[in-house]
Amino acid sequence: MIRKIKRLMFPVAVMLVLVIALAGCAQSAPTTPAPPSPKPPVTTPAPTTTPAPAPPTPKPSPTPTNPSELSGTITEAGSTTVQPVAESIAAAFMSKYPGVKVVIQGGGSGVGVKSAAEGTVDIGAASRELTPEEATKVTPHVLAKDGIAIVAHKSQTVSNLTKAQVADIFTGKITKWSQIGGPDKTIHVIAREEGSGTRAAFEEMVLPKGAVITSNAILQPSNGALRTAVAGDPDAIGFLSFGYLDDTVKAFSIDGIPATVENAKKGTYPIVRPLLFLTKGEPKGIVKEFINFCLGPAGQEIVAKDYIPVN
Amino acid sequence: MSRYLKDRLATYFVFACASMSFLILLAIAIFIFKGGFPAFYEIGFFDFLFGTTWRPNQGTYGILTMIVGSLAVTAGSLILAVPLGISCAILLAEVAPYKVRQVLRPCIELLVGIPSVVYGLVGLILLVPAIRKIGGNGFSVLGASIVLMAMVLPTIISISEDAIRAVPSSYKEGALALGATHWQTIRQVLLPVARSGIGASIVLGMGRAVGETMAMIMVIGNSITFPKSPLDAARTLTGNIAVEINYASGIHESALFATGIVLFFFILFLNSVAVVVLKRGTYDQRIT
Repeated sequence: MIRKIKRLMFPVAVMLVLVIALAGCAQSAPTTPAPPSPKPPVTTPAPTTTPAPAPPTPKPSPTPTNPSELSGTITEAGSTTVQPVAESIAAAFMSKYPGVKVVIQGGGSGVGVKSAAEGTVDIGAASRELTPEEATKVTPHVLAKDGIAIVAHKSQTVSNLTKAQVADIFTGKITKWSQIGGPDKTIHVIAREEGSGTRAAFEEMVLPKGAVITSNAILQPSNGALRTAVAGDPDAIGFLSFGYLDDTVKAFSIDGIPATVENAKKGTYPIVRPLLFLTKGEPKGIVKEFINFCLGPAGQEIVAKDYIPVN
Repeated sequence: MSRYLKDRLATYFVFACASMSFLILLAIAIFIFKGGFPAFYEIGFFDFLFGTTWRPNQGTYGILTMIVGSLAVTAGSLILAVPLGISCAILLAEVAPYKVRQVLRPCIELLVGIPSVVYGLVGLILLVPAIRKIGGNGFSVLGASIVLMAMVLPTIISISEDAIRAVPSSYKEGALALGATHWQTIRQVLLPVARSGIGASIVLGMGRAVGETMAMIMVIGNSITFPKSPLDAARTLTGNIAVEINYASGIHESALFATGIVLFFFILFLNSVAVVVLKRGTYDQRIT
């Protein structure tokens, strides 16, 4: 038996060396610093003339933002609605400050609130207002506003729904497309999981108080998964963040108002909710820099592409 | 070091390694019981197990729909997998020429190695649209059963094949000498003798089916209703935990741990049945 062990030792040793070497390689790749970009340090504060009806947002304070000074890692997790815009802003932030690494994850608004409250991530993202209980645990920063579109398959003939019809469809009172002017098919309701901020905002703004989404609804775990499910089923209906609208699904106009970012900005489209970044207490250090960047002109310009900026 | 000491040390070391598995099991049990007990205390044992509504946002936690979902999907997969699996086992053990066996066996072993999320992906892309054409919206117990069948099949085939091979050749020779055809021998001599091993393979397959999570979430639709037909969507106990654990807190989180406790006992029960069924077989063969 000793001979067998001695024979195994060589291949095991080779494997151990390989594993350790590969682990070492994986570690060193992301932290090779890029050459610092020759940008002048930003010292001018953001303009104070923000439009009156906008909710109060903290103005980015003038801080020494020498690109080579900041370094570290920022982790973000939560709402899948916020995820794409967070990734774009993070990419811009990382190219400006090469020493910082920003990691963006999904999981849903519930995950965002929970992780931020427990401190497992630096920033949590939510696509709905906080409950009073949650507001005692985390501090919200409004990043943008986003509309929720009611979507169906591209081939759907119905184009407009009233808010009441939407509520009845999702609570299960209306079960066939023929009841709202479509073909004689059963409506397949597709919704999000219970921790979704999009779902919570939808329930808050569209469903009557106390009503719940029908238990026959198919639940998908993210905006992207819901869009794929609706795009593949001619009889499906679902709710989707504006930022995820594309030509694979068709968005209904609600009470005659088409689901566009302009209408959401104007306030005529009825289903609009805030997108929040959540921190445990007041943000400090590179997290504070990142949030200021998001709320500043560079970040808001990226937000304005698919969402409604707040600054 | 004396030879005696080395001997002793080796024994203790090996014993320590073996007890690791027991300790890990104990740790898991303590962890989920600790996490799930508050739910049973606050919600009530029978309200939790037999409640028909699961709406954490409303404070209602009843997992009966999930239990039915898990059972439906397990039953569906076994209905599909058992005839297929036992037939394949008979083929491999008795009928197939050596070359066919050389190709088939590695294929079956490969099926075990495929990650479950890949099964789920194939089910999502291929099965769901196909079932949608038959009826419903594609996310269904039927789709989940088909996917699970593919995962349970290798277990049933390999253990059943071993069980059929383990039948003493004197049985087969005796039957053939008495004038039975090959199929008569298989059906009336080999299969009955191997039935304990085949039974154990079915029970072990059942255990795998109950525990499958990833593939289930992707194909079954996760809706919190009772499935009234194979084309209806449902939710399994495992899917319930996986879909909601990331954002659950407080009693909701505890209720998910309690779902884990229910699963734990389920698997414990199934494994014990498998052991008993296997043991009975050995005694049978010893007596004759």
